[in-house]
Amino acid sequence: MAAPVKVYGPTLSTAVSRVLACLLEKDVEFQLVPVNMATGEHKKPEYLKIQPFGQVPAFQDESIAIFESRAICRYICEKHADKGNKNLYSTNPLVKASIEQWLEAEGQTYNPPSSALVFQLAFAPRMNIKQDEESIKLNDQKLSKVLDIYDQRLESSRFLAGDEFTLADLSHLPNTHYLVTVGNRGEAFSSRKNVDRWWNEISSRDSWKKVVEMQKSK
Amino acid sequence: MVMKVHGSVLSTAAMRVLIVLNEKGLEFEFVPVDMRAGEHKKEHFLALNPFGQVPAFEDGDLKLFESRAITQYIAHVYKDKGTPLVCEGKPMATLGVWMEVEAHQFDPVGSKLQWELLFKPMFGMATDAAVVEENEAKLAKVLDIYEARLSQSKYLGSDCFTLADLHHLPVLTNLMGTHVKKLFDARPKVSAWVADIMARPALAKVLAMRNQQ
Repeated sequence: MAAPVKVYGPTLSTAVSRVLACLLEKDVEFQLVPVNMATGEHKKPEYLKIQPFGQVPAFQDESIAIFESRAICRYICEKHADKGNKNLYSTNPLVKASIEQWLEAEGQTYNPPSSALVFQLAFAPRMNIKQDEESIKLNDQKLSKVLDIYDQRLESSRFLAGDEFTLADLSHLPNTHYLVTVGNRGEAFSSRKNVDRWWNEISSRDSWKKVVEMQKSK
Repeated sequence: MVMKVHGSVLSTAAMRVLIVLNEKGLEFEFVPVDMRAGEHKKEHFLALNPFGQVPAFEDGDLKLFESRAITQYIAHVYKDKGTPLVCEGKPMATLGVWMEVEAHQFDPVGSKLQWELLFKPMFGMATDAAVVEENEAKLAKVLDIYEARLSQSKYLGSDCFTLADLHHLPVLTNLMGTHVKKLFDARPKVSAWVADIMARPALAKVLAMRNQQ
């Protein structure tokens, strides 16, 4: 039987939690390896060997060592296509194309403003860094425009890529969770009928609830 | 019914798709989108890409947006045609990593630099020297990591040319036409990789198309 895969990084990291959610959806056993970012462990030579950009997560599966959370998720889904949630990353090329489209939209269009806001609203205060009001204002505006488009899409589609919950939806969980809780941006989501429905549905999944529990217990 | 690419020849994202189609020797129709006239924000285009960005793509009934989703679709569905741009099985994991690196580490910085140094002057706007300096420094750090990677692997994702390399070509072509070129030239492995991938005939065909429009 294969050894559990290793995920390096703190559960509080949005990118790490993206990978954890995926592993849980796919029923893949994993071992979480802590990385002490407060002491700069992620910038030390030992860690840079497995993630040269000095970011979390890093990931190992026997002889395979990879990084970049969305690449890790795709790898897990492809290797374990028959395990756990089979619809997460369909093997059907046409369905997969739609999932990829929305996963790219998350990475390219949703992630930039939402990450900036997560940093400013959730992490900067903890790190005693002064919040950048201009950045918050600008990114709130950008996020608003993106959510309008999402609301329109979700009017005619239960989930972003179609009728099933996929990697495209999953990828939104980490940033959005922080935005609606500590970030106080719940209204941006709840005021848009279809986005509200979608967020409630995806954030209620057992896999995500488990990740949130893991984040609390650290 | 032939595949369609809706976009502008100036768009680096649209170029990404056009290069793949040329690498694979696939027939397609290029449908110009007049961005100066705001065509990409009009109803008929928003039906193809609700984010109002180029490119948009059609293959029969399938409609797609996001250049990297389109290139991956083409590379998988037409994997037996022309240059194989992905790997099957194990090496795909590493390819996937470096495609994400291009998207999240290289592209944001490269795009800001090309905007400041190429597009702003083109549109009669002033370059912001501070933004250029800041992003050059970021790019230098990224390229140091590329130099180390290319010392262990002939191409970024694998030992053959794949999407992980190809996705860089549009922004790379733009940057090599500016003083930022020195950052690439200063690193021997990176420099050799740049020269290699920029010499590909598919890129030349797309640039010729760009020069004609």
